[in-house]
Amino acid sequence: MDTAHHLLGIEGLATPRIEHLLELARQFQIAPPPRSLAGKRLLLLFYEASTRTRTSFEVAARRLGAETVSVTAGASSIEKGESLLDTVYTLRAMAVDGIVVRHSSSGAPHLVACHVDVPVVNAGDGMHEHPTQALLDAFTILRHRPSIEGLTVAIIGDILHSRVARSNLLLLSRLGAHVRLCGPRTLLPPEFAAFSDRVSLTYDLEEALAGADVVMVLRIQMERMRESFFPSEAEYVARYSVTSERLRAARPDALVMHPGPMIRGVEISADVADSPQSVIREQVENGVLIRMAVLRELLGETA
Amino acid sequence: MNLILKNGRLFDPSQNLDRIGDLVIQDDRIRDLGPDIAAPGPGVIDCTGLIVAPGFIDLHVHLREPGFEYKETVESGTRAAAAGGFTAVCAMPNTNPVNDNAGATAYLLARARELGHARVYPVGAITEGSRGERMAALGAMRQAGAVAFSDDGKPVMNAQMIRRALEYASMFNLPIIEHAEDLHLSAGGSMHAGPRAIQLGLRGISGNSEAAMVARDLLLAEETGGHIHIAHLSTAASVRLVREAKARGVRATAEVTPHHLTLCDDDVAAYDTNFKMNPPLRGAQDRAAVIAGLADGTIDAVATDHAPHAAHEKQQEFDRAPFGITGLETALPLVLRLVSDGHLTLARMVDALSCAPARIFHLEGGSLKPGTPADVTVFDPDCNWIYDPAESLSKSRNSPFTQWQFRGRTLYTIVGGRVVFTARQ
Repeated sequence: MDTAHHLLGIEGLATPRIEHLLELARQFQIAPPPRSLAGKRLLLLFYEASTRTRTSFEVAARRLGAETVSVTAGASSIEKGESLLDTVYTLRAMAVDGIVVRHSSSGAPHLVACHVDVPVVNAGDGMHEHPTQALLDAFTILRHRPSIEGLTVAIIGDILHSRVARSNLLLLSRLGAHVRLCGPRTLLPPEFAAFSDRVSLTYDLEEALAGADVVMVLRIQMERMRESFFPSEAEYVARYSVTSERLRAARPDALVMHPGPMIRGVEISADVADSPQSVIREQVENGVLIRMAVLRELLGETA
Repeated sequence: MNLILKNGRLFDPSQNLDRIGDLVIQDDRIRDLGPDIAAPGPGVIDCTGLIVAPGFIDLHVHLREPGFEYKETVESGTRAAAAGGFTAVCAMPNTNPVNDNAGATAYLLARARELGHARVYPVGAITEGSRGERMAALGAMRQAGAVAFSDDGKPVMNAQMIRRALEYASMFNLPIIEHAEDLHLSAGGSMHAGPRAIQLGLRGISGNSEAAMVARDLLLAEETGGHIHIAHLSTAASVRLVREAKARGVRATAEVTPHHLTLCDDDVAAYDTNFKMNPPLRGAQDRAAVIAGLADGTIDAVATDHAPHAAHEKQQEFDRAPFGITGLETALPLVLRLVSDGHLTLARMVDALSCAPARIFHLEGGSLKPGTPADVTVFDPDCNWIYDPAESLSKSRNSPFTQWQFRGRTLYTIVGGRVVFTARQ
């Protein structure tokens, strides 16, 4: 398997390729794209519920003229217990030109890529990576800042289980940002410091926000409470909810981001989510541009 | 029928033997050994340049029969054992049905007598169905031929149960083997909890899920006077606990696998399920500690935890794939690496593969003394070869050592005076 023909994660993604993808997205933003993927068929294989990511890939593919086929969890062969590889072999035989995989198991897109001869895009795998999310986040920051180099980015929430956190800390630290990870000790293992010299850890929200240029808030799943990672929603809100009062510790023009789905009043207060600093809706819009860039690069340029 | 192993390096730590000479086998026993005592002729194997050692004994093998014959059988598993230089294997009870009664133990022994290429010593379950609820028929299984008891694959989470099993088995002087794992600490994990697991986004199995159980079991062995044997020891903390317990006189023994001696979590190739086993590949410090523990005798034996799985089972999402790798055919060259790196003497290596397993499980063999069963392994410590699982005699191919360049290979395996394996030259 040659990783250059896939997008499996930010790890292993060469910096020139990152820059190329960001540049492509920029071009698509300015000029309406030609139907450069006309005649291509993209398989969206979603083993995990997803509204925004699947729709975003679908819109991106269609804007480039490609046809999409969606197979989602609950579809028959998956329900009947067919193995991932058998499902992939079957669907591959229906002449698809690329496969977008979302799966609850870390490494599932990697497994698929090892066994098919078409490009595979990771649309989120378990607790591992979500590379298109990180790319769209970087793209969003770059629409408001000349460079990522030297920025301080705070990522707040359930870091341990978050593929968004992993992909973003890999990408943003690579592009020169300093990344502060923040969450309760149970959801922020010290091993995260090993990712990069530009990553630091804190369990204190105020410390994480102090002077930050970008504040990225992650969803907290209440399932984690049942697993005793933290005692209660109230205690989480008291310690880690990003409110307008707390946000004053960050730079006055700090960007507020959230990959969604967002629960107002829990990890983020409604006024922060709707504040002029918030670029949360813009992230969604940029997601389509980035996914167009990824599909164009993998399906259009290498064909 | 005589068989003469001529001019080999007779190497037997059980009698501090290391000299060039001949080994004479008569029928199923070793008759004599010494310098130049036999003339060349028929029934003679030239062992010049080779090491003639007491047959290796693997305390931890999954033969998968009955119930999982698509992974391995008594026939294929013992064939792979012989190819790896093992003249005897202890067969774990997690078959279907579980070997938790005398009938199942007797059945396994009958299959081994009929089809076996190596001796098979059944390990009976500690609890019925290895469910951890009721004690299995330890006495009856011992009567039928069980040499130890284990719920391997699963720990005995109930401390009272393991305590009673230690007490009860002590009446027969048989060991209780613990797969030491606190299931609350390891729940959901598929590799060692550490930076590599964080990087791959895989749930971690903490090192202390093992050490916490080891500590509990050592205390209970001390209290009961029973013999606890810790399977596949993998962490520095476990080594420390066993070392300290042995110094106190606790009846504790332990084994380590060749893969835990060789690899650590950083070696786990991205989502390659041939690096997924339980206990998982640990940190570099853990690996150093188990090597040191093996060298100083804290860890008594090398055992493979040979765990064959079919390709379709391993070709799955990492967190869905079953734990386990094959090990019988790669054990010798992997442990020899420690000898050539200076971590282990050849004497300690042969002791850990042969004499010690026989000693701690009270098995015949593990010696070249005249009068003992003629179970002998002849290996070339310098033979260079490349491991290709496609050529394995096991039914399964799940090894992380594919295409490894090895030095040291079994050339002849002799069980009860019969040559059961000859390497293709």
